[in-house]
Amino acid sequence: MGRFLARRLLHLGPVLLGVSVIVFMVLHLAPGDPAEIMLGANANREDLARLRSQLGLDQPLHVQYLTWIGHVVRGDLGRSIWMKRPVLGEVLERFKATLLLTGTALLLSTLGGITLGIASATRPGSLLDRCSAVASLFGASMPVFWLGIVLMVVFSLWLGWLPASGMYAPYGGGGLRDLLAHLVLPAVTLAAASVTIIARLTRATMLETLGQDYVRTARAKGVGERVVVWRHALKNALIPIVTWPGVGTLVVQGILARDVPLVRGGVLVIALSFVLVNLAVDALYAWLDPRIAYE
Amino acid sequence: MRHVARKNRLAVAALAVIVLAVGGAVGAPWLPLADPDAVDTAKRLEGLGSAGHPLGTDEFGRDLLSRLVWGARVSLLAGVGTAAAAMLLGVSLGLLAGYYRGWLESLIMRLTDVLMAFPFILLAIAIVAGLGPGLRNAMVAIAIVGFPIYARLVRGVVLSVREREFVEAARALGSPDRRILARHVVPHLLSPVVVAFSLDVGAKILTTAGLSFLGLGTQPPTADWGSMLATGRQFVILSPHVVLLPGFAIFAMVLALNVVGDALRDLLDPRTRLA
Repeated sequence: MGRFLARRLLHLGPVLLGVSVIVFMVLHLAPGDPAEIMLGANANREDLARLRSQLGLDQPLHVQYLTWIGHVVRGDLGRSIWMKRPVLGEVLERFKATLLLTGTALLLSTLGGITLGIASATRPGSLLDRCSAVASLFGASMPVFWLGIVLMVVFSLWLGWLPASGMYAPYGGGGLRDLLAHLVLPAVTLAAASVTIIARLTRATMLETLGQDYVRTARAKGVGERVVVWRHALKNALIPIVTWPGVGTLVVQGILARDVPLVRGGVLVIALSFVLVNLAVDALYAWLDPRIAYE
Repeated sequence: MRHVARKNRLAVAALAVIVLAVGGAVGAPWLPLADPDAVDTAKRLEGLGSAGHPLGTDEFGRDLLSRLVWGARVSLLAGVGTAAAAMLLGVSLGLLAGYYRGWLESLIMRLTDVLMAFPFILLAIAIVAGLGPGLRNAMVAIAIVGFPIYARLVRGVVLSVREREFVEAARALGSPDRRILARHVVPHLLSPVVVAFSLDVGAKILTTAGLSFLGLGTQPPTADWGSMLATGRQFVILSPHVVLLPGFAIFAMVLALNVVGDALRDLLDPRTRLA
């Protein structure tokens, strides 16, 4: 267990390095002068020069990277060009909202998925089992952002039961009740995307333990099922809920505003938390099932 | 047996949906459709079954049926194109990694590790952030993000095949690497890669539609299912069909692709046939 964790931690080094290089290189993917791309074709010379020196664009690439990563390690993600505030504070503020939404969705989908999966596995071929198979096919084919809109139309516009967007009501809002009401629609949307996958995996794992071996092929696809669960549970959580003021929304706004420090900061924070969550899940798995540590 | 027959009927129905969509997309210029970009402000947001517009119009009075069909061209091409690019890149890298091993394998596999350390949609968004919004850039991003799955799959198969006797025999007879790869290794990749690809096209359509929905893919006035959904969102209260139709098109298309992909896997992989 100790050696396994040490190996995973050692493995983390190159991954973090790679992640940081990719996030850094985001600015340099497009041909041409990044400062001009960010400020547009009509920018005046002084603004361009100021931005270039602010971002260190007049330095060689490796110096730029080292300077940037040096600041990042000390918790300085630069200033947002669009919002004119430090990126770190802005991202962390939004990160709380993201965590709340992701956590709630994960809780809902895990509870629902495991319950449904166990119920289907105990009676394979039953009506419930077949319905859950169809639902999982639907779930994998449904655009999450569309589901979100449909739920919003039905439950907030037609029925008027729940608020359509945001975290709190703009007037007279605040408090736990208000927050929960705003949380329901995005959380259910996100959970719906992964609940069926978790249900199918739970069912497959249960049937396998019950002695049936056809599940092996699913694993032979090259990615462990743990990865599948986490990818599916987390991937959606990040972006398409555009009505929720989370980090994903911030990154998209940053792209449309051509705000590179903001985009870099947001992407870096999400990627880091993703890597750390995966590490934690690995550790948890090794602890639950010691065989994994010897693979 | 009855179960298999029912599953096959479903797959045939799904195949019919795909053929219909592809036919519409390819034949759009010859179909008797309105100009998808023709604006008619007098007929904004007309409902289903209105005169001359069987599926109604959008916020600029553009014919929705026509935009859906022309949008299919963009969405399908984006899905197939990005999946194919990801497959080509991934298969090549997976072959190199699995066959030559050594530092090349370490390099390629570490790269896939790093790419897979990102949630894929986030990585695609980050790449679009660098390249700038637009359909072509979105497709490049999605292809880059998509290749590691193929690389891992292919490397796994190659690792097991390269140790088999027939490869050893070919090597002993002095066959060049290129010939061994083409004659003895690649045929083993065919069925897993075909299955992965058929399931991937749907996922790629969803992702490109997602990026377009966020305003990072197709730019106006070009119609694609994702961007139609995004612009229709503001009018959802008065005219829900503007949002429901493109969303349903994406859903039906991806569902059909997934059903066919599943059927293909059953066909090519006898072990899953019992499931």
